[in-house]
Amino acid sequence: MAGSGRRPEHRGPPELFYDAAEARKYTQNSRMIEIQTQMSQRAVELLGLAEDQPCFLLDVGCGSGLSGDYISEEGHYWVGMDISSAMLDVAVEREVEGDLLLADVGHGIPFRPGTFDGCISISAVQWLCNADKKTHSPPKRLYRFFSTLYSALARGSRAVLQLYPENSEQLELITAQAMKAGFTGGMVVDYPNSAKAKKFFLCLFVGASGVLPKGLGAECTDGEESRQAKFTNERTRFKNAKGKSAKKSRDWILEKKERRRRQGKEVRADTKYTGRKRRPHF
Amino acid sequence: MKLLTHNLLTSHVRGLRPGGGYPLGIQATEVKLSPVDFNAQFVARMVPKVQWAALLQAAQSLGHGSDLPPEPAPGYESDEDFLRRLHHVLLEVEVVEGILRCPDSGHEFPITKGIPNMLLAEEET
Repeated sequence: MAGSGRRPEHRGPPELFYDAAEARKYTQNSRMIEIQTQMSQRAVELLGLAEDQPCFLLDVGCGSGLSGDYISEEGHYWVGMDISSAMLDVAVEREVEGDLLLADVGHGIPFRPGTFDGCISISAVQWLCNADKKTHSPPKRLYRFFSTLYSALARGSRAVLQLYPENSEQLELITAQAMKAGFTGGMVVDYPNSAKAKKFFLCLFVGASGVLPKGLGAECTDGEESRQAKFTNERTRFKNAKGKSAKKSRDWILEKKERRRRQGKEVRADTKYTGRKRRPHF
Repeated sequence: MKLLTHNLLTSHVRGLRPGGGYPLGIQATEVKLSPVDFNAQFVARMVPKVQWAALLQAAQSLGHGSDLPPEPAPGYESDEDFLRRLHHVLLEVEVVEGILRCPDSGHEFPITKGIPNMLLAEEET
């Protein structure tokens, strides 16, 4: 992805950002390909499709067809929609198996009711949150997208949308419009404690209310849990009127040791001698 | 664009009466045939989703309508011959260049390199 550390949505609309040069990167950057493939795998897994049954899926923001290729590998058929003709040209070059549409999903999903057995989207939906034209209203576009997607999906099917929300307000806006459109479900977060590995999958159900799948990497060992509980108790002791522990006090020492433990450094165990007053000759 | 996609595609121009955007009329200037592996289970599952009259009309306009019956016969799931012919029409006939026309609004969606351009002007959304 270009400009690491900056969000591509801030540079301009997707059809201009994903030009021929950027599109070429997507086919040549092996790390990008690996990440996109992994996310596609996870998204298809979260779809919960019946085993050994070829399905008809929609890929929103299909781009150069990286995710579509994975869908084909799994034996399913698909239609992809993308707003960048440069990216779709690459998909055609790569001879992807799905049919492609040049479209703006903020205008709606132009398919008959109940067409698809499922929908995935990899790294695309956050682009709907930006108003690139004066006439754009992100909440309206999001609602148009979700309500038409809801209709185009068969009863009992799911939409799994992997996205990069900029902040919690954006996440709330997206989820709110999805619920307004009739979807149930929620956010599945993989590896919530890792800045790099953390991934958001908006898991939406049509009709039947399903059980939300669990995010990966969210389990704690018993040891960790008890340490976490202990830390929470200790925390209330640490705060004085200013909200900080007095420097060099026993509380401060314990807090600092906890901080270092969380950073993974080697720290001596807390004992009754920790922060004990020493003899005055020091 | 395959005929399966065409059969499921509607126009999403704003303000149309329900069903007014379907079926999209096809005017093809270039059609190609590409082999696709036959999967009987998939084709059988698609039969209920397909609007048969629109499929016949589209296939005939491209010169591939003669292989299909006027209606899918009961028991089609096990009729391999029927499924293979349907597979050919749905998945192997592709419109490479042409135009799709919305029946009610008249909006034209051009097809280039097999990709329909479904972008709308802001007034139409």
